[in-house]
Amino acid sequence: MSEQLRVDGVTKSFGKVQVLRGIDLALAEHEVVCLIGASGSGKSTLLRCVNLLEPVDEGRIFLGGEEITAPGVDENRARQRIGIVFQAFNLFPHMSVLDNVTLGPRKVLRLPRPEARARALELLGRFGLADRGDDYPDRLSGGQQQRVAIVRALAMRPQLLLLDEVTSALDPELVAEVLSVIRELAEGGMTMLIATHEMGFARDIASRVCFLDAGVILEQGPPGQIFTSPAEPRTRQFLDRIIAAGRL
Amino acid sequence: MQESFFYWPEFRESFPDILEKFWTNVQLFLLAEVFILVWGLVLAVLRSLQGPVFFPLRLLSAAYTDVFRGIPTILLIFLLGFGVPGLQLSGVPRSQFFWATVSLVLVYSAYVAEVYRAGIESVHPSQEAAARSLGLNRLQALRYVVLPQAIRRVVPPLLNDFIGLQKDTALVALLGVVEAFRQSQIEVAGSFNYTPYVATALIFLALTIPLTRFTDWLVARERRRRR
Repeated sequence: MSEQLRVDGVTKSFGKVQVLRGIDLALAEHEVVCLIGASGSGKSTLLRCVNLLEPVDEGRIFLGGEEITAPGVDENRARQRIGIVFQAFNLFPHMSVLDNVTLGPRKVLRLPRPEARARALELLGRFGLADRGDDYPDRLSGGQQQRVAIVRALAMRPQLLLLDEVTSALDPELVAEVLSVIRELAEGGMTMLIATHEMGFARDIASRVCFLDAGVILEQGPPGQIFTSPAEPRTRQFLDRIIAAGRL
Repeated sequence: MQESFFYWPEFRESFPDILEKFWTNVQLFLLAEVFILVWGLVLAVLRSLQGPVFFPLRLLSAAYTDVFRGIPTILLIFLLGFGVPGLQLSGVPRSQFFWATVSLVLVYSAYVAEVYRAGIESVHPSQEAAARSLGLNRLQALRYVVLPQAIRRVVPPLLNDFIGLQKDTALVALLGVVEAFRQSQIEVAGSFNYTPYVATALIFLALTIPLTRFTDWLVARERRRRR
């Protein structure tokens, strides 16, 4: 299996706070890696760095073997190959669902409108949103909005999909519909890096789980091992708190 | 007093002439408004560009707004309307209508740029992040995602400035351009009756009041939408 993403010694500070303190991580093609860890451990920042939404301070990031953090790299070209879905959906409120989904393909990939539209309708149909194309985001439930956001990212046919706590802003009864979409993507072979608080989901879906603590990956391994017999005391502490909260 | 301000025969006689000259005001503010909306947007966009490369442009835009918001409109109208034609430069228009329009565009674009800028800043950064994450470049993100939302939000304050502009078109009377207000001055000078001023006021109100109500309605609608 070829390597899809490699993160090499990445650090990132905001002001005096060092949020990432040397992250090393590699994802093979079709791999699904879940990032777990307390809020503030750096999960979101790592995803934003991978997508070049935040410039890294040190270290390098490779996408399909090609360094995307090198000076002179076309960031827009790199970004179009990496999809990201945000916690707060971030749909464009002034556009219909269809326009949200076709904006990237039309303006970045330069697809003619009918083709972009066909691609969008196909994806929307696949995720149970076939009749929602003409609606505006504020007419949709949170779960539907997040599925549209996933479709919007997929419409660019990314090599890698980043999911940043995509169910955290949802009402509990809407979480399942979004998770099932992600599960379907995993089965379809999409390479994904997922920051999540849904431990049960991570256990089911991940090929590997990384525990982030204070800006470093403290421990990683198959979900069976991380969730049942973590090696690090900090990981155990974190999981105990999650269990106490009834989330695992 | 009634005779002096509301003298019907005088009203009837002066009204058609004033209304005819009001056309000049209408042309003036419509023409000016087009340039104001475009130039103001350019200024606002320049000011919102990020990164050290654009620092000079940001600075220029900021300086522009500071200067033209700080100068009394009437002063600028005199400065350009009398000053520039007085230089008798070849190739430079001498029309006072032209310089009056330029003055209003310079001043109002500074206000309008600030309105646009407030709109741009009110769009949450996550919107731009979402656009950039799809691979859109900065300009595309601005064009398709940020500006449409920003402009929608500032339509009411923009209309407000437009109302101000309509009134300020009367200032160009001071250059000798015969528009509605200047025409009413002429009428008053001939009859020593102030009714023509009242007639002019009514004409202005007939335009500004509906626009004000429309603006109020838009604001209310926007508030209902955002709840």
